[in-house]
Amino acid sequence: MAYKIISSQCTACSACEPECPNVAIREQDGTFVINEKKCSECIGHFDDPQCVAVCPVENTCVIDTQYPRYLDLAAA
Amino acid sequence: MQNQAQSNSVSVQEIKPLDKVLQQIAEHKGCGTSSGGAKASCGSSSGQGDMAPEVWEKVKNHPCYSEEAHHHYARMHVAVAPACNIQCNYCNRKYDCANESRPGVVSEKLTPEQASRKVLAVASTIPQMTVLGIAGPGDPLANPAKTFKTFELIYKAAPDIKLCLSTNGLALPDHIEAIKSFNVDHVTITINMVDPEVGQHIYPWIFWNHKRITGIEASRILTERQMQGLEMLTEAGILCKVNSVMIPGINDHHLVEVNRAVKSRGAFLHNIMPLISAPEHGTVFGLSGQRGPSAQELKALQDSCEGEMNMMRHCRQCRADAVGLLGEDRSSEFSTEKVMEMDIQYDAEGRAAYQEKVEQERLATAAAKEAELANLVEEFSDLKILVAVATKGHGRINEHFGHAQEFQIYELSTEGSKFVGHRRVDLYCQGGYGEEDTLPTVIRAINDCVAVFVAKIGGCPKDELRAAGIDPVDKYAHEFIEQSAVRYFKEYLGKVKSGEVVHLARGDADLRQGAYIAA
Repeated sequence: MAYKIISSQCTACSACEPECPNVAIREQDGTFVINEKKCSECIGHFDDPQCVAVCPVENTCVIDTQYPRYLDLAAA
Repeated sequence: MQNQAQSNSVSVQEIKPLDKVLQQIAEHKGCGTSSGGAKASCGSSSGQGDMAPEVWEKVKNHPCYSEEAHHHYARMHVAVAPACNIQCNYCNRKYDCANESRPGVVSEKLTPEQASRKVLAVASTIPQMTVLGIAGPGDPLANPAKTFKTFELIYKAAPDIKLCLSTNGLALPDHIEAIKSFNVDHVTITINMVDPEVGQHIYPWIFWNHKRITGIEASRILTERQMQGLEMLTEAGILCKVNSVMIPGINDHHLVEVNRAVKSRGAFLHNIMPLISAPEHGTVFGLSGQRGPSAQELKALQDSCEGEMNMMRHCRQCRADAVGLLGEDRSSEFSTEKVMEMDIQYDAEGRAAYQEKVEQERLATAAAKEAELANLVEEFSDLKILVAVATKGHGRINEHFGHAQEFQIYELSTEGSKFVGHRRVDLYCQGGYGEEDTLPTVIRAINDCVAVFVAKIGGCPKDELRAAGIDPVDKYAHEFIEQSAVRYFKEYLGKVKSGEVVHLARGDADLRQGAYIAA
């Protein structure tokens, strides 16, 4: 249901924060974190998840497998 | 690297044959100076060059724009803009090291409030500090709220400080009004190509209209936005400099075309910088083994563009949080922690008085050079030589050879002396690392020079320099650089004529590529 930020990869550049349509991203302890309750994977807003699209480090904003995919949940 | 550089150096020369380049430089008009002397140097090296008077008035005290001003005035960058909207193959945002000095690298990010306090602290401590730039570590216009808040705070507290920003241009057309309203009159755009075919090898992607756009389309949009932004700045009367990174085999030939494109759209200065590339930087180019240009390749390209417009050759490729005169970095003295504890008293009057003194010193330097140039009037020769100078600033030869972190390079001819660049070298006599290897490093960095001017030099390095064909000169210690250079050139010409010295063409030299270690 959500993306997460791998904190060891995060450069804390803040590029993702203003792009998130759900205001789900904030700074915490020197890196950025996604509030999984607010994240909609940008479905309904944009074609691509914005944090993934703008992040300068590959494989930093990734699907959090702890949570079921947003679409699956929406369909249920 | 050296062999690779030599094997490829031919390709740069192909841009324009050397004689054609020299011809163009010789024909380059508008080199007159205010003194009315017969000889003068070109471009922004020591005077107005062919800049319009109103442009010159704006840039003459800007260390990043005027080669002469950079000896006398200091700048600082505040790192308030961490986000970026494009990816460049020469940049890796994950890399961060206090000892590294190059764009995109920064140790500490600041809020606009912290940045403004830091600027006032630095300006109160360093009265030569006249310019505040926002250059990253990302793109200032990808962080418009933070960037313009910072400008607003500084403009209110210290209106005498010039504001400037450096951008990749993607978001530029959206912010022209804001740039104008905060009285920012200097903008730098980094333009590495005007052809998406070339751009696709430099920019893997851009973030545009909520999408990551890759391939040739990314560069097509980027170049369109850059050209549009440049035209809008020109229209709005905001001075615009263009930075280009020279990447051999990718855009080296193409930068001549870029030069034409930006000149025709009103850019007033073009700064072609060498690619900084090493595997330890973790950039795409660093890891792929993409080399940077050699000193000769860079100079040939700069020379071939010089007839077209003013070229800038003194860029130090600073960090996004650098503080001080170009080539020095005092940022560690002004960490957020230290700045917050400082008792800051902004003394506008004291600063003005100090700058008046600087101005007098600067006029004396120029007068000394002019006086010496008059002695060259009778000399005619096609000979051109390069000399390296160890200096701490103030336009004088005032640095010990072994303490020099960089050498300034001057080209001498019967036209006079002309600043053509600088070479950074690791400190070589202050211990701690590879003392035995450092002298060869220095020699490689200034290998294209006939002589090196120093305030002082030991016997051993003197002998080794001589063995390498470089004349160590300490007789001009603490004197003006250009005056001494012209004097030296006159002597050199005399010795060549009398047969005492045989003039031999010098080889190529290395530009710094690896990590730079600050003092």
